Formats: sequence, C-alpha cells, structure tokens
Amino acid sequence: MSIDLKTIKHISKLARISVDEQRAEKLAEDLNSIFDFIEKLNELKTDNVEPLTSIAETTLKLRSDEVKSKNIREQIIKNSPQDNEDYFVVPKVIE
Amino acid sequence: MSDITKQSLTELVKNIRSKKLSSTDVTKAFIDRSEKSEELNAYITNDFTSALDKAKKFDQKPNLDLKLPGIPMAVKDLFCTKNIKTTAGSKILNNFVPTYESTVTENIWNEGAILLGKLNCDEFAMGSSNETSFFGNVQSPIDKNLVPGGSSGGSASALAGQLTPVTIGTDTGGSIRQPASFTGTVGLKPTYGSCSRYGIVAFASSLDQAGPMAQNVKDCALLQEVISSYDPKDSTSIDFKRNHYSKELTNNIKGKKIGIPKEYRVDGMPKEIEDLWQKGIQYIKDCGAETIDISLPNTSYALPTYYIVAPAEASSNLARYDGVKYGFRAKGQNLIDMYEKTRSEGFGNEVQRRIMIGTYVLSSGYYDAYYLKAQKVRKLIKNDFDEAYKKVDAILTPSTPSSAFKIGEKTNDPVSMYLNDIFTVPVNLAGLPGISIPAGHDAKGYPLGLQIIGKAFDEQNILNIAYAMEEKINFKNKITDWWIK
Repeated sequence: MSIDLKTIKHISKLARISVDEQRAEKLAEDLNSIFDFIEKLNELKTDNVEPLTSIAETTLKLRSDEVKSKNIREQIIKNSPQDNEDYFVVPKVIE
Repeated sequence: MSDITKQSLTELVKNIRSKKLSSTDVTKAFIDRSEKSEELNAYITNDFTSALDKAKKFDQKPNLDLKLPGIPMAVKDLFCTKNIKTTAGSKILNNFVPTYESTVTENIWNEGAILLGKLNCDEFAMGSSNETSFFGNVQSPIDKNLVPGGSSGGSASALAGQLTPVTIGTDTGGSIRQPASFTGTVGLKPTYGSCSRYGIVAFASSLDQAGPMAQNVKDCALLQEVISSYDPKDSTSIDFKRNHYSKELTNNIKGKKIGIPKEYRVDGMPKEIEDLWQKGIQYIKDCGAETIDISLPNTSYALPTYYIVAPAEASSNLARYDGVKYGFRAKGQNLIDMYEKTRSEGFGNEVQRRIMIGTYVLSSGYYDAYYLKAQKVRKLIKNDFDEAYKKVDAILTPSTPSSAFKIGEKTNDPVSMYLNDIFTVPVNLAGLPGISIPAGHDAKGYPLGLQIIGKAFDEQNILNIAYAMEEKINFKNKITDWWIK
C-alpha cells in the first residue's frame, strides 16, 4: 500500500490541519513507513473475533442529571483567544 | 539541607511526623535544588512562591494524620491544576489556565501534599524521549545529552534528579514505565479504571492511565494508595475495593507463580537485556517464588495494533483544539482557514503525524481494514493474558529493549522510536497493571529496568513482588549531579 500526496491532502482536510507541499511529502514518507509496519496485522485471521471496544468490563453507572459546578462562565470565557462579553468570537461565517 | 532531597518519601513523611523536619524545611530544600537544576529543563511552570506559603501555613497547624503531610511535589503538566497553567507540552495550550483540578491531583493535595510545579513531557504525551515537547528537551540526571525517556520525561528527570521526592505521570503505551526504567526509578501503570482520568489532558482514552513514580517500591505503593479512587466524574472509573497498598506491602512472595513469556525475547535485543532478565528470574527464585515458561502468542502484533488504536483516539480527542474556546489561535481568512492554521501552527510534528494516522484509519473506506481489525487483534492480545493468568499470578519481562539513548538519536525515524514501547504497550492494550523497577546497569552505566505485569486490580501483588525483588537487587542509582555548577 502507498499513501500518495493526494491522499495526504485529503486527510489533512479532514483533520483540519493545513500542510504545504514540503510538509506533505515528509508526511507521506513517514506515514508510508508507519503503515508498512502496521500491515503486519494482515497476517492474522480475525474473521470470528469479537472486537474489543471497551477494556473496562463494567456497565455505565447512571446518575441524576444535576448541575454541580458553580457559575464559572467568566473564568471559562477568560481562556478564549477572542471574546466579546459572554460570547466566543470567530471569523465571520455569514455574509 | 542537601541531604533532605536524598530522602525517600517514606523517610520524609516520618521525619515530618516526628517533627524532625518541618514542611518548610523540606519544601525549601526541593525548591533550592530545583532552582539549581534549570539545565535539566524538567519544569515547564514552577509554583515555588506559593509552595513555600503553603508549607508555612501547614507548619502553623500541621495535620500529621494525612498520608502526605506537607510533602512538596511536582507533577506532569498533563494534569489540570486549578488556576495554574497546564500545557500538555504543547504550543496550542501554552496559555491555558484550567478552571478545575484533576481528580488525581485533588486526591494528592487532600492528603497534605503541596504543588511545586508542572513538569515537562512530550507534547500531548506522544513520544518516548521527551523530544516532542514544545518547551524543549529534558536532560537525564543520569548523563548529559541522554534522554530521560518519555512521555513522562520531566517527571522521571525531576524524580531521579531529586527535584521532587515523588511524582506522578501518565502511561498510554509505556510513558511511566519506560522513563522510570531509563532513570533508575520505580514507575507503576495501574489497572485501567483504577485512577480517574478526570482532568487529565486526553490522548487515547481507552489506554490512558495516571500512576505514581518514586525512588522505591514503598513510596510508590503509598502514592498509589493516595491517587487511586472511584470517581463518578470519569465514566470508565471502576468501583472496586482498593487496598492500603503501603500498609499491606510484604516481601513474602513464597509460592507465587511468575510467568516468563518467550515472545518477549525479541530479535536484536542486546545481550545485556537478556542477562538482566535472567538475573530477574534468579531473584524471583531466591524470593521463594516459582517461574513458569508461558506464551503470549500475539505479542508481536501489539505495537501495530497500538499505532492504530492510539492515533485514532487521539485524532478524535484532539479535534477539540480549534482556536475558539481556549488555547492558541492563528489568524485566518475565514473560519475554516483559522482552524487549519491554528492546528498546523499549534501542534508539533509528532502530534500532527498521529492525528493524520488516526484520521486516515477512521476515514470512510478504511475503518474496517484498520480500526476494526485493530480492535479484534486487541481482543486476541487480551485473551493471551487471560489464558496465561490461568497458570500464573504475574509476569516478568524487561521494561524496555534497550537502555536510554542520546538526544537526537532516534528523532528522524518514527518507527524506531515506537519500538521502544514494545514491552510496555501490550499491558495498556489489555488494561492491566505493570510496574517497572530498576534492576541493574548496562556497560555504559545507564540504568535498566524489569517489568512485572499483574492481573487486573492486582496492584498489591505486583507491588509485593517488586518489593521482594528490590531487596534482593539492592540497586543504587548513580547520580553525579553533573548539571549542578
């Protein structure tokens, strides 16, 4: 299997990480060597194996839906790169 | 003053309780040494001024019944600490100040410990050498330009360098045990669900686990006792009966059956590691326990499985870093452009690489071939351990396939870096507890570790085995203070 530049561009779009040509080439090289290594899994027959989806073999506990934290809106907003009163500010999305 | 920092946690607790030392004495000593140790680059953020205030306050009205009375402690910068910057070693969180405290650190402060500062680590805990941190390499106290291991590299360096009496790290694929092994210290990765993940910056949620790192097994048991708790705030926290690990610690392991898995004898493993393992087997026998050859047939598939599961979960967890609600933001022409530039400039190379792998294996058309396949192999790996534990009580292996390497030696080859975790990764995939203890030195004088893997929730048993072996091994860490002028 080989991951080409077109695939790298596609993944980077999905991952929302911009990559320039030079970076894309390096990533293609790295990912190909990593996937060569991962391909080893194809040696194993797993048709009748149940996938392991959770390592903790317990059922989720239910709890009542209560607000536990105090009003910390100001503290939360304070961490945002750009805010206006009680709102997060982002670049304009509608004309 | 200087010998205060050489004392173990257990000794410090005893000396504070008997009033031979005050919390202020101890805190001052560790701050002094930390200030002289900038060259190690173990800290990202220090909190020395407020640590000293807290120590003085403690001494005015000391509660000596607490488990960590007035003990100063630095922690990995992956744990959220209320009102203290928490970076996860990343540029993207360079200005993030949590509004809440992680459960694990909360448990520590509730037992009387005092925060010294936040320790360096690989970016988002993705690395085996602490070289992916945005805040630079960490030096090992063992030798100049040697990696301390990773991702809890700052924790290992600060502990071995005596900048903190004890510390905590996180372990997703070996990030506590490998640095412990590289620096001649003890590191425990608890059973998945033993320590709460609440407030720990997430990497791979089905693998991440916090754990103690200490100078010796007894200190490690004490800290594990403090940090392990059932927490309703973590949906995968498990409500089981927890031992008083330090009180119940015993070196009597007579009659225990210890498995020796043949698949851990890997190609190209240095003879020193094989010799160390054989020595370990002898120590086990000297302690009156029995060793039994076992097979974990799917061991060689663990690392490829890990490099699908962990990046997949990481790509999903790290989707939250979008430059909107907190953290770094780059300028963009529109919303999408802002997202893409923020993530491109905010994440380092290794993190981007893993997000890309994870995004790919979860993308339409590839999910079954990679992610589902990996989950199935993960089941086989877990079955191997279940089968082995019908015959044995614990398993003994080397912690790492080599001793510590030089800074820069493996940074250009991701796969060779990943191979470091070959003996530790299966334990995370199966959700089991594992402890690394220092067991010898290689020809260069660098520490080597042995790993004891236990059954789920059987921390007490592996701590006991480690405790019994520690006594026989009688390891002495060679710390020359090379970095102190």
